[in-house]
Formats: sequence, C-alpha cells, structure tokens
Amino acid sequence: MHFNLSEEQAMLQDSAARFIGQQYSFEARQRHVALPEGFDRATWEKFAELGWLSVPISEVSGGFGGSAADTMVVMEEFGKGLVAAPYIATVLLFGGLIDGGAPPGAKNSLLEPLLAGQLQGAFAYQERQSRYDMADIKTTAVREGDRFVLNGEKTLVLNGATADQVVVSARTSGNQFDASGITLFVIDANTPGLHKTAYRLMDGQLVANIAFNNLSVADSRILCEEGDGYWLMKQVVNNTILALSAEGLGIMEKLTQTTREYTKARKQFGVPISSFQVLQHRMVDMFMACEQTRSLLYRAVCSAESVDAERSLNALKTMIGREGRAIGKEAIQLHGGMGITDELDVGHYVKRLLVINTLFGDADYHLQKLAQSSLPE
Amino acid sequence: MDISFSAEELAFRDQVREFFDQAPLEDVKVLIAQESTHKKGTVQWQKHLAAQGWIAPNWPIEHGGNGWSPTQMYIYENERVAAGAPDIVPFGVKMVAPVIYTFGSEEQKQRFLPRIYASDDWWCQGYSEPGAGSDLAALKTSAHLDGDSYIVNGSKIWTTGAHHADWIFCLVRTSNEGKPQQGISFLLIDMTSPGISVNPIHSINGVHSLNEVYFENVRVPVANRIGEENMGWTYAKALLAHERTAIAGVADSKRGLEQLRQYAMQETQSGRTMAQDAVFRSRFCTIEMELMALEYTELRVLAAQANGQGPGAESSLLKIKGTEIQQAIQELALDLAGGYGSIIGDSLATGDIGHEFGDQARHDFMYGRASTIYGGSNEIQKNITAKHVLGL
Repeated sequence: MHFNLSEEQAMLQDSAARFIGQQYSFEARQRHVALPEGFDRATWEKFAELGWLSVPISEVSGGFGGSAADTMVVMEEFGKGLVAAPYIATVLLFGGLIDGGAPPGAKNSLLEPLLAGQLQGAFAYQERQSRYDMADIKTTAVREGDRFVLNGEKTLVLNGATADQVVVSARTSGNQFDASGITLFVIDANTPGLHKTAYRLMDGQLVANIAFNNLSVADSRILCEEGDGYWLMKQVVNNTILALSAEGLGIMEKLTQTTREYTKARKQFGVPISSFQVLQHRMVDMFMACEQTRSLLYRAVCSAESVDAERSLNALKTMIGREGRAIGKEAIQLHGGMGITDELDVGHYVKRLLVINTLFGDADYHLQKLAQSSLPE
Repeated sequence: MDISFSAEELAFRDQVREFFDQAPLEDVKVLIAQESTHKKGTVQWQKHLAAQGWIAPNWPIEHGGNGWSPTQMYIYENERVAAGAPDIVPFGVKMVAPVIYTFGSEEQKQRFLPRIYASDDWWCQGYSEPGAGSDLAALKTSAHLDGDSYIVNGSKIWTTGAHHADWIFCLVRTSNEGKPQQGISFLLIDMTSPGISVNPIHSINGVHSLNEVYFENVRVPVANRIGEENMGWTYAKALLAHERTAIAGVADSKRGLEQLRQYAMQETQSGRTMAQDAVFRSRFCTIEMELMALEYTELRVLAAQANGQGPGAESSLLKIKGTEIQQAIQELALDLAGGYGSIIGDSLATGDIGHEFGDQARHDFMYGRASTIYGGSNEIQKNITAKHVLGL
C-alpha cells in the first residue's frame, strides 16, 4: 500500500507545473479566454508537443496509455493554473470514445491529427429534458439502407462550436430512458443538416447547442455496435469525471492557498487578519475539505478497476461539488471586497468550480446514485 | 499509487479473522456491558489478546510488540471491528506504556511494562483539572520534593475508570518558574497510596465512568517520576499525536453506519422503510461520503508513517473529522429511533419494549458529545492545525 507518484507521474506533474508557472499566467489565461474560440490554438499545439494530449489515449492508438493516476496529475495542475483549453472535450471525451469504440481505420485517421493538436472534438449527449441522465435520449437515428438519418437537438456541448468532429448519442431503438438502444455516431461538423448555436459559459468556455435536421450519416461511422453505445459512453464519462475532479481539487487547493496568503498580508485593526481565530478556523475547514477530497480522489483512482469504482466516483463527485462550492464561497468572503471583483483571479477560479459541479452529474445527483447502491429503494 | 494487499497481507487478514471467529466474544461482551462486571470482562478479554500476543502490536519488539506494518495495523483494526470485538482500554497499553518505554528508566520498564501487557494493572490518566481543560498547562496539582518522595496535593477531573484503577499517570506541577509548560513533571502514582480519594461523576447518559480524583499529601517515590523533573510536558506531548490518530475510529464508524443501515431497513413509516425515505437517504450518504474519504485519509497518514513521517499535526484532521462523523451517525440513529430513543431503558420492568436500539441510540448520542471535547477539543485541534499546518 502506498500513495506515492511513479517516476513518470512525477515528471508529468513537474512538466505541467513548470509550463503553467512560466508560460501560463492568469493574464495570459484571460487573453486566451477572450479569443473567439475561448482558447489559444498555439498553446494547444504546445500541449501536443509536450505530449499531454496523448496521456489518456491507449498505446495501440498511438497514445501514452496512461493510467487514471497519470491523467490525474496533469489535470490537477491544469486546475491550479485555471487552464482554459478543450482538454476535457477533445482528449478525454472525444478521444476516449474514438479510442474505445472506433473501427481501426477510423481510429487512426481521427486520433493522429488529434494527438498532433490539429483536430478538435466534442461529445454531444445532453438534451434539454435529460439533465444528468445520459440514457434519456430523444434524438433519433433511423436506418435507411447503409445510412442513418438523425433528428434532434443536443445542448451544452463542450467545445461544440469549435469541434471538427462530433460524437453524437442517438436512439436507434427502445424507449426514451433505456440504456440499450443508444448508438454513438462520429459526425463531421460540416455535414449538411448539422446546425450549431454557440454561446459562452461563466468559466469563459465556448459551448454550443447542436441540432440535427435529417442529417444523413453512413453506418460505418458508428462506434461499438448499433444500440450498444451506452456502456462505452458511461466508461468514458467515468474516466472524465475522475479527471475533472482532479482539476476541481487543483482549484480548491489553489483557492485555499491564495486565501491563506491574502489573510497573512491583509491588515485590519493594525494586525494581519490571519491572526483572528474566527478566520483561522474557517481556513482550517478549507484545508480539511481539500484533504478529504484528495482522499476520495485517491480512493477513486485506486479502485477504478474494482467493485468500489462506481461508489467511489459518486462520493468523489458529490464532494467536489459541495466542498468546491464551499471553498469558493469562503475564498470570496475572506478576500472581502476584492473577492467580488472581476480583476482578481479568485472569482474566475470559483466560476470554474461551479461549472465543474454541473458537468456529468452534480453533487445532488451523485449523492442519489450513492444512495441507490447503499440503501434499498 | 497502489492500495492492493500482498499475498502475505491477505494471509495475515485470514489469520486475524480466524482468531476473532474463535474468540469467546459473546461471553466477554455480556460482562463488559454490565457496570458491575465491566472490569472483569475487560481484563478477561485483554488477557485473551495478550495470550495471542496481539495486545500491544505498536510496542517495541523487545517489550512484546509485533512489528506490524501500517497496512497490518489497518487490517487488524478492520477485522476486529467487523467481528464486533471490544477495543482495549487505552490508558495502559496505548498511552502510558509508550511514555514508559520511550522516556522511562530501565527499572521502570521492567517493573511496569510486563504488568501492563498482562492487564494485571488497570491504569487511568490524570491530566485535566477543574481549572485546566483546553489550557492543560495551567494545571495546579503540585508535587513538592521531600527526601526521596514527592508530596502531591490537588485534584484531577474527568478521570475515566479511576474507580477501577490500580495506577494513575499524572502531570503535576514541580515548578512555577518560567513558562507554565516548563514546570511540569510526569509521575506514576499508586492508587492505593494514602491520601487519594475518588469521587464518581455521573455523566449525561446516567452512567458512571468519569471521576474526580483528590490528592491530599500523597507520598510518591521519586523513582516513580518519568525522565527529568520539569520535563513532563515534553513527554506527554510526544504521545498526543498518536492518541489523536487513534481517536478517528474509522473502522468503528463503518460498523456503526452498517448497523444504522440495518435499522433503517426495519423501521417503517407510512408502509415504507426509513431506508426509502429521501431525507434519511441524503443524510446517510452524506455521512458515508465523509467516511469513505476519512478511511483514505487515515490510510494516507498510515502510509506516510510507514515512510517514517509523522503522525504530525495532520492527525488533528483525523480527530476532528473522525469525531464529527461519529456524532453524525449517533444523531441519525437517535432520529431513526424516534420516540423510542427517549425511553429510559432501565425504568422498564422487563427491559423489552419491542425496540432494541433506542436505548443505545440515546446513550451513544448523549455520551458521544464527549468525543469532540476530549483528547483536545475540536476547537483546540483547529488552533493546532492553523498554527502548525497552515502557518497562520
């Protein structure tokens, strides 16, 4: 039993921390977010050169074949640096789906440019009525010969406005809430019948609604087998939740540290406000929340292949949602008036945490999932 | 990062499980539960553990320790709790013994450690005083040198099990010079010494486990002092972090939560079990989430210890979170018991009201308030963390 990082993990962590420390200031991040796509293409290509895009992609697909822990160390640093880049959408979601379910030929033609930083991807699964239930799908795909015709609309598609290729979940059989009968298609974003409506989220990222009006796609563009897409998307989303939680923890750690430093520097009544016990205890609560969250992250990483995997993930995502928001609120409060300015980085970190809570099931949703496995209904 | 057990560790787990399977647990638990036979049952159980050689795994091997790794300690504790086996009384084996084998003289080691190991002596802890709680260094019980003895005067309070004890280990004031911490000595005192009297304190759940101990011109041989005069604070402090780590009680809380789950499946309202109740489910799983986290926090601390680090100030986190979780479980159990949680069990003619956990839930909730107070209150733990971990 040990919780040490491997040599490779330590190197990954070091390379990410060094890049962010030297080349990714908060000011640079704000400039990137303000770009039309919400991130900087040159920086993305740098990520490719540094090998970060290949971390979670399997070796047979040309990637690094990294473990959950490998991805974790990179994402935690991204969190600390508040990195604005479509890593979740392009690498973890789109890359993960293609890696896990595309036929060999399609796999290479999509992953090669992705790993080179030249292709953007997205995963369109959420719908207006579905909230966090990924199996709730009204978008239909009807077979016509060796092609399918898609109709429906996906919401809040991460990187959806920018993606060159989009994986779409559509119902080919079964009822609206069935896990079976869901088919995943890889669709070129320029296909006729695909309409994007782009908008921004509070963390600055550009997302989109994507509508399909009688869009025609060849059945060779199916991932896995027809009707069997749910289990692949579930696995890929679970991997993504782990990575996203690591990013969340990185943000929580950063906010806790920033708040500590600020209260030591800020003087009122002639003394640093960090000398006040009422504030000290609140910062201890922030520290304990970080440590407890880290423990659940390690638990989820260590048990990713075990029977405890799903439960650990539910507990982790609940804690990230709740404690992330709690730490965010405390960080703003302890920064006083400065905490509510746009100028200070604190608010931007907090907004990213709020968005993270709403991705792939919020705290309440995952607590319910945990309850379903703990207590009979 | 790897949590899997080795083949040796799995074999050890099987060995521990078999031992607890075959242990005379039911007899012992009946004895321990009754106030009149509590000591008898406890000693009987501890002697059983000593006979197996497992009562003091943390001690140095030359004094009877097992040299277990942190992983083995974790496995042992989980198996013990899963089997429903009682924990040992900590004051001898876990608290005074480490002070003796770390700071005591060779003669003290020979004299006290074998009897502690065999549970021949029952120990209690004399730290807190009426005027010295969280501010322990303000203690006033005095010890004046008189030839080859100290004369001890004063009183100690919240002394668990003093009415059973053969010995008490005490922090006493031997000097008023310098900082309060600098004038404290660590004495081992025979409870049969003339001038000692023990008054019971009945606690909030109606049970007698706490006491106030008075010292009136009690003569204590200088040979019973640990280490140097006026260095007692240092010796006591070295052991506090270990005490806090043990207080987390992760394995016990896991068992408590499982019991709560069983009760929730049996209690009903409007024809549905309470396990189906949305608010209950939310509260239950919130505790479960925290406990799942704390289990790994403890493993992280254990793993760090195996690497030769700590336990340092981060053990405060285990104490705070561990006791908060214990109390959350107790609170949910009391709510689950509903009106039955208010019944004074002893007042019943038969003891049978068709409801078996309400009385226990009330006891646990009321006495459980102590956990965030003892071992350094949780507020003191936050002060320690703020100063020593966060540098505030």
